[in-house]
Amino acid sequence: MKNPKFGIVVFPGSNCDHDAFYSLSKVLGYETTFIWHKDTDLKDSDVIILPGGFSYGDYLRSGAIARFSPIMDSVISFANKGGYVIGICNGFQILVEAGMLPGILLKNISLQFVCKDVYLSIENNDCNFTRGIEEEKILKIPIAHGDGNYFADEDTLKKLEDNNQVVFRYTHPDGTISDNYNPNGSANDIAGIINKEGNVMGMMPHPERSCDPVLSKTDGSLIFKALVNNILN
Amino acid sequence: MYKVKVLIKRRTSILDPQGKAVEIGAKNLGIKNIKNTRIGKYIEFDVDTTNKSTAEEEVNNYCKKLLANPIMEDFEFTLDEVK
Repeated sequence: MKNPKFGIVVFPGSNCDHDAFYSLSKVLGYETTFIWHKDTDLKDSDVIILPGGFSYGDYLRSGAIARFSPIMDSVISFANKGGYVIGICNGFQILVEAGMLPGILLKNISLQFVCKDVYLSIENNDCNFTRGIEEEKILKIPIAHGDGNYFADEDTLKKLEDNNQVVFRYTHPDGTISDNYNPNGSANDIAGIINKEGNVMGMMPHPERSCDPVLSKTDGSLIFKALVNNILN
Repeated sequence: MYKVKVLIKRRTSILDPQGKAVEIGAKNLGIKNIKNTRIGKYIEFDVDTTNKSTAEEEVNNYCKKLLANPIMEDFEFTLDEVK
């Protein structure tokens, strides 16, 4: 089987679409294409990326309007058939607004836009986005967001934990998890989750910004490589 | 036609850091007795129908499916007939 093809959806206001394209195609060598949000054709993509940015200027709520873009009906039916979808930052916000993942992303508890490297523990290393990454590996990946404070009611949080749907948590570089290392106030230090079926993942950190060795960090590439390997096998 | 005014409030169970930050401004201004500042949204628009129940149904749909996110927000609205 040939390597999976990545499709990056471009919404008005997306600004990490080219970063994702560069990392996936130029750094990692995967076939990658842009998909305009007004189209409905996913161009035979095997993995859909909803990139970071400020779709529709974050009007009303982050991601609230992008979910009504024509492409989203195609993305939802693709996901319902088991297709892989990764929402990064604003992409994660779009996934929760579209009801493809539970919860919501509130304003950071500090009220500040936070842009820095964070450390992530892999809480679920048995999903297709992480299986194969070295056990106990702590990923160094940057965040850049104002609305990244993951919130869900207690029942939903319990279900996420019980079903092993929390994929990444904010942590200290040595793996200690505590609120001190939580940059935005997220419930249970959640940085990324998957749906119950395991094919839709949303995360606030930007793996596409830590792929190129010239940037001195490459841990984000481990997620894309793991997914490709797990799809091929 | 109906003129609609929608008030969207963050659920009381959810912290409102924006309200808290704004309240610090009140203290800095020397306005001493301000408490429990919470920030929401006010939205107004028209519904172009003469049927009140149709108008209410459309406004409800608009609020539930787009203007408010029920995970974190509650909404209320008023309809005023415009002749």
